[in-house]
Amino acid sequence: MSEGLFHHAAYLLASILFIIGLKRLSSPATARSGNLIASYGMAVAVLATLLLPGLAHRPLIVGMLLVGTALGIAGARTVPMTDMPQMVALLNGLGGGGAALVSILEFQAASVDPVLAGPTAIVSGVLGTIIGMLSFVGSMVAVGKLTGKLSEKPLQFPGIQVLNGLLFVGMVGSGVMAVAQHASMMWFLSLLAFATPFGAMLVLPIGGADMPVVISLLNSFTGLAAAATGFVLGNNTLIISGTLVGASGTLLTQLMCKAMNRSLANVLFAGFGAGQVAAAAGPGGVKKAVREVSMDDAAVLLANVQSLIIVPGYGMAVAQAQHGVRELADLLAKRGVDVKYAIHPVAGRMPGHMNVLLAEANVPYDQLYDLEQINPDFERTDVALIIGANDVVNPAARTDTSSPIYGMPILDADKSKYVIVIKRSMNPGFAGIENELYYDPRCSMLFGDAKKAIGGLLEALKAL
Amino acid sequence: MNGALLAELYVFVLAIFVGIEVISKVPVVLHTPLMSGTNAIHGIVVVGGILVLGHATTMLEMVLGCTAVAFGAMNLSGGFFVTDRMLEMFKKKPSDKKAAADKLAADRREKDRRAGERRS
Repeated sequence: MSEGLFHHAAYLLASILFIIGLKRLSSPATARSGNLIASYGMAVAVLATLLLPGLAHRPLIVGMLLVGTALGIAGARTVPMTDMPQMVALLNGLGGGGAALVSILEFQAASVDPVLAGPTAIVSGVLGTIIGMLSFVGSMVAVGKLTGKLSEKPLQFPGIQVLNGLLFVGMVGSGVMAVAQHASMMWFLSLLAFATPFGAMLVLPIGGADMPVVISLLNSFTGLAAAATGFVLGNNTLIISGTLVGASGTLLTQLMCKAMNRSLANVLFAGFGAGQVAAAAGPGGVKKAVREVSMDDAAVLLANVQSLIIVPGYGMAVAQAQHGVRELADLLAKRGVDVKYAIHPVAGRMPGHMNVLLAEANVPYDQLYDLEQINPDFERTDVALIIGANDVVNPAARTDTSSPIYGMPILDADKSKYVIVIKRSMNPGFAGIENELYYDPRCSMLFGDAKKAIGGLLEALKAL
Repeated sequence: MNGALLAELYVFVLAIFVGIEVISKVPVVLHTPLMSGTNAIHGIVVVGGILVLGHATTMLEMVLGCTAVAFGAMNLSGGFFVTDRMLEMFKKKPSDKKAAADKLAADRREKDRRAGERRS
């Protein structure tokens, strides 16, 4: 690539804007400007590239840019906040696919004259293809799982590890051979044939509850794939921004695993949530009963308490009940009830997802409390209202060393004087683990869709 | 090993440290926007797409190059736009400073009350 001083300056500027943007993105006060600054960096990089001398098909390139941008913005404008995890996964997959395509084309170009292309282009072409394909296929499987088109249950069958091992060895072996045989196209196609199913098999055995971690990991994969294309093309902006995303994505993945008190290896390979069908029975093996509460009784109870902590979960989000919840909270606050929201770090389907959803419903920021802030308050609270949350309030995480979620930090909702749980049915949550909280004598169940239940509570409250 | 590759490797390694450094203290509230923001940044592959499409000669190269450019453009535009949508919602509260001050005052009152309860 013949890049003059102008292009180097533009690429350097873009890289600086990316770093500043990312830095600002990590603090609430500056996040929005950070995102804007990063997008300016992108504009600079794209414009500078378009102005490179010797570029053919400029009208076609601009046309494809416009089509892609229009589609991207149209999707981003209309996607509901609840669907954010699959939106991020989809966009991530597209980026990974793009990186894979660029790498494939560069490898093909290198295979024509391997000596001229040099080993760097061949090696990074192979790496970019592998990582990009894993990210593309893996993200699409994640989208399928998050939208319910594929089963959310982890796929497990005997010999799955062996199969994955074979796919992995086949993929890496083909990659090595493709390099060793001087950019051999045959080995490269074999690499594609192994990498595609391996990408799917990487995500299929992972349960729906762990998808956020997977998306974050695939996000960093795409970053690395972009960096690999930077090595192929000898472009530092690609290397810098791709690596920034790769490194920060890896860190973010680790932070998420820490919030669940599990290792990344455990998330990826343990088949979490498969087969742990703890019976709905107590330690003595006796099937315990749950107590149901009627809508009116629940409304009367709520209207006469002094303090209430709302624990929202993904069930509230899928039912789109957050607006009703805010209305309920406002109504109770008018009656003098002290209302707080307790947000678990992994509530929703993505860390921080619940904050986004409640912000959308105009819940005042100062009513949201995170785990460390709110946990001491539960024992002084009259009622904890749990809406569509399950594993994040499961006391087994504190007490039962045999439980798969043992050690995960949870919200101590069970310590409040009384607990009301709004839940569709007695089905266990995404982790597939029984929750003994429901059998506690101080706990009442209000079965039903979160939105309908909250609507019913609102009506009953207004009628009081 | 040639000089250009060596320089690229330096850039790569330094970028890893920068990437870890800049987000090491991100609050959980921002995890989702940050994930989608970094997601948008790897839309930079569009630059790679432009370069390969700009040097494409065969039909296959044209088709794959076009797809790569469109994918990258979707990734970056959708990513930045959706991140902005999320962050806008965090912003439109009456005034964050006031809210923070109110919360601080409320926390203090609460502390006093608890201290009072303990005494009585």
